[in-house]
Amino acid sequence: MSSEQTGIRPPRVPLYNDPRVRSVIYQLALAAIIVFLVYGATTNAIDHLQRAHIASGFGFWNETAGFNISQSLIPFSSTISTYGTAFWVGLLNTLLVAALGIVLATILGFIVGISRLSKNWLVSRVASGYVETIRNIPLLLQLLFWYNGVLKALPELRNSYSIADAIYLNNRGFYVPEPIARPGFGWVELVFVVGIVASVAFYFWARRRQMQTGQRAPVLWVTLGLVIALPFIVLLLAGVPIHFESPQAGRFNISGGIEVVPEFAALLFGLSIYTAAFIAEVVRAGIMAVSQGQAEAAYSLGIKPGPTLRLIVVPQAMRVIIPPLSSQYLNLIKNSSLAVAIGYPDLVQIFTGTVLNQTGQAVEVVAITMAVYLTISLVTSGLMNLYNQRMALVER
Amino acid sequence: MTMAEGELAISELHFVRDQHLAAQPAPIRMTGAIGWVRANLLSTPANILLTVVVLLLTIWVVWELLDFLILDAVWTGADREACLMSTQHREVGACWPFVWERLPYFIYGSYPIPERWRVDVFFVLLAVGVAWLLWLHAPRRGLGALYFFVVLPIVSYILLHGFAAIGLPVVDTVLWGGVLVTIVVATVGIVVSLPIGILLALGRRSHMPTVRFFSTLFIEFVRGVPLITVLFMASVMLPLFVPQEFEPDKLLRALVGIALFASAYMAEVVRAGLQAIPKGQYEGAMAVGLGYTPMMRLIVLPQALRITIPNIVNTYIGLFKDTTLVTIIGIFDLLHTIEVARIDPKWATPVTSTTGYAVAAMFYLVFCYGMSRYARATEARLRKGDKR
Repeated sequence: MSSEQTGIRPPRVPLYNDPRVRSVIYQLALAAIIVFLVYGATTNAIDHLQRAHIASGFGFWNETAGFNISQSLIPFSSTISTYGTAFWVGLLNTLLVAALGIVLATILGFIVGISRLSKNWLVSRVASGYVETIRNIPLLLQLLFWYNGVLKALPELRNSYSIADAIYLNNRGFYVPEPIARPGFGWVELVFVVGIVASVAFYFWARRRQMQTGQRAPVLWVTLGLVIALPFIVLLLAGVPIHFESPQAGRFNISGGIEVVPEFAALLFGLSIYTAAFIAEVVRAGIMAVSQGQAEAAYSLGIKPGPTLRLIVVPQAMRVIIPPLSSQYLNLIKNSSLAVAIGYPDLVQIFTGTVLNQTGQAVEVVAITMAVYLTISLVTSGLMNLYNQRMALVER
Repeated sequence: MTMAEGELAISELHFVRDQHLAAQPAPIRMTGAIGWVRANLLSTPANILLTVVVLLLTIWVVWELLDFLILDAVWTGADREACLMSTQHREVGACWPFVWERLPYFIYGSYPIPERWRVDVFFVLLAVGVAWLLWLHAPRRGLGALYFFVVLPIVSYILLHGFAAIGLPVVDTVLWGGVLVTIVVATVGIVVSLPIGILLALGRRSHMPTVRFFSTLFIEFVRGVPLITVLFMASVMLPLFVPQEFEPDKLLRALVGIALFASAYMAEVVRAGLQAIPKGQYEGAMAVGLGYTPMMRLIVLPQALRITIPNIVNTYIGLFKDTTLVTIIGIFDLLHTIEVARIDPKWATPVTSTTGYAVAAMFYLVFCYGMSRYARATEARLRKGDKR
C-alpha cells in the first residue's frame, strides 16, 4: 500500500542518514584512500629508483646471469644462460621438491593419522607424540637441524660411507649409479607407455562391466602385468640395453652417477616430516567425521574390517579430508621457499636472492616471484572448488 | 497333571538349583593390568608385531635423546676444547657450557648490558598482561584487555627503545636480539593482527562491493604467497614506497610484514566465526533497531569471537613459529642468535649446532605446546556450554 493511499508520509530521512548514500560515500572514501596510497607509493618508488640509477622494466630477463646453480633439471651455464633460464631452473627445482614432498608427506601423514586412531595404545600414543612434537617446532628450525645438524655432520669425502663402491654418502651429498640407455631401449619405453594406456582402458572396461553384470575383473594384476612385467620381458628380449654408470670417487670430488645434494635432501625431509604431522591431523579428523554407524552397518552386512575401511569409511572420509589436505599441499609448496635458508636453489633462493642482489630490481623480481606462487595457489584452489562441487553431498 | 502340580514337582527335585550361583571373578587374563595389555597391545599377532616394533623404535629414540642431552653431555668447560671427542676420550653429547655462556646473548642479543634490566621489566609486564587475559577468574578483565592492547605497547616501546627525556638512553633496534626480538615480533603480530583481521573479515562480508573487493583482494593475495616473499617485500620494497626522509628501520619493516601476513590469516579465522552465527542473531539485532556498528559490536562479534578462540590461538601458534623467518631477512631473533653463536670459533665443535638447535626446539616446544593446551582447554570449556 503506497503512502498516498493511506495519507501517511514516511518520515523524511536526511540525505546523510540514507544507507544507500552512506554506502556510496564510504566506498568512494575507501577507493580514494587506496588510490592515494598506491599513487604515493608509486611516485616514491620511481623517485627512489631514479636516484639510485636502477633500471626498471623486465629487460634483465634476457641478460646473461653469470652465476652457477648447484642443481638444475635443465641445462644451465653461468656464462651463456640468462636470468630467464635461471627463473625456470628455480621454478622446476621448487616444483620437484614440492612434488616429492607431497608424495612423502601424504604417505607418512596417512600412516600417522590412522595410527593415532589405532586401538593399540602404544601406537596411538607414539603417533600423537610425533604430531605434538613436530607441529610445535618451527619448520625453519627443523630444516636447519636436518641440514647443519645431520647432513653436514656426515663424514667428509675421504671417509664416505659407501656400498660396493657404487653408492656413496658424505657431507657433500648422496651418490647412486645412473642408468644409461643404449640403443634399443626405446622399445622398452614404448611398451611401457602402451602398457599404461592399455591398463587405463582395461580399468574403465572392467568398471563398466562390473556396473552392468556385477562381475569383477582382476584390475590390479592386469595393471601390474601390463605396466611392469611386459616392459621387463621386452627389456630381457632386447638384451638388456641399459648399463649403470657408477659414481667414481676421486680425491677432491665424486664424478658421474646421480647426485642428490644435501640441501635438497634436508629440504625434502624437513618439509615431508613437518607437513605429515598436519596431514595426520586432517586424516584423523576426516575418519572421525564418518559416523560409527557406517562401519557397524557394514559389519552387520558381513563385510570384513579391511574392505569396510577401504570401501565404506575412507571414501566418505575423503570428502572431509580433501579440502584441508589440499590447503596443506599449498602450505608445503609455499613452505618450500624456506629453501633460501639452507641454500637449495629454488625459485625464491635464485630469484629473490641472487637475481635480486645482482640486478637490484626489487619490485620486478619480487612481483614475478609472488605471481608464480599466486598462480599456483589460485589454480589449486580452483581445482579444489571443482572437486568439492563434484563430491559435495547431494542434499534432498 | 495341572500346571500347579508340575511346578511343585520341579521345586521338589533336588538336582534343580533354586538359587543363583555367586558370580565367579573374571579370568585374570581379562581384567586388570594384564587384561588391559592383552586388549590394547597384544590382541592379534599383527598387533603384537606392531607393538614390538613401535616399542623398539620408541626406546631407541628416547635412549638417543637421553644419551645426547644428559648421559653423554658435557656440563662444564671454558671453550670448545671441553666438547671435543679428542679431549674427552669418549662419545660427546650436548655441549652445555656453550649454552650457559651464550645464554644472555640468546635472551637479549646485543642489548647493552647495563640496560638489560629494561628487557627484564618488559618480560614481567608482558607476563602480567598475558596472565590477566588468560586467567578466567582474574579481576577486571576488561581493564586487562585495555592494558594489553593499549598501555603495554606504549610502555614497552618507551622502555625498550628508550626515551631520553626521562633518562632512558635510546637503544637502537639493531642491538636487539634473541628471545627479546622473538617475543616482540610475536607480540606485535598478535596485538595488531586481531583488530585488523576483524576489520578485514567484516569487510569481506560487507554489502559494499568496493569494500568487499579490496578486502578479498588483500586476503587472497597475502594468503597466496609464502611469508618469506612478504618479508622480502617488506624489507626491500617498503623503503622504496615511503618518502626518502622517512626510512623505516629494519625491525619495523619485519614487523609490518609479519603484521600484514598475520592479519590476512586472522581475517579468515574470524570470517569463519562470523559465518557460524545464525542469521537470526543479525535479524534480531536489526529488529530491535541497532545500526551496523552496535549490531556487530554488541551482538555478533562477541559470539563470533567466543567460538573462534581456539582457532585464534592456533593462528597465534603458527605466527609464533613463523617469527623464525625474520632470521632470513637479517633480524636477530632467537634462531638467528643461535645460528651466529654456533659457528663462533670459540665454541665450534661437531655437537655445537645440535646443542643450539635443541635449546631453540625446547623453547618453541614449551611455548607452542602451552598455547595449544590452552586452546584445547578453551574448546572443551565452550563445548560444555553447548551441551547443557
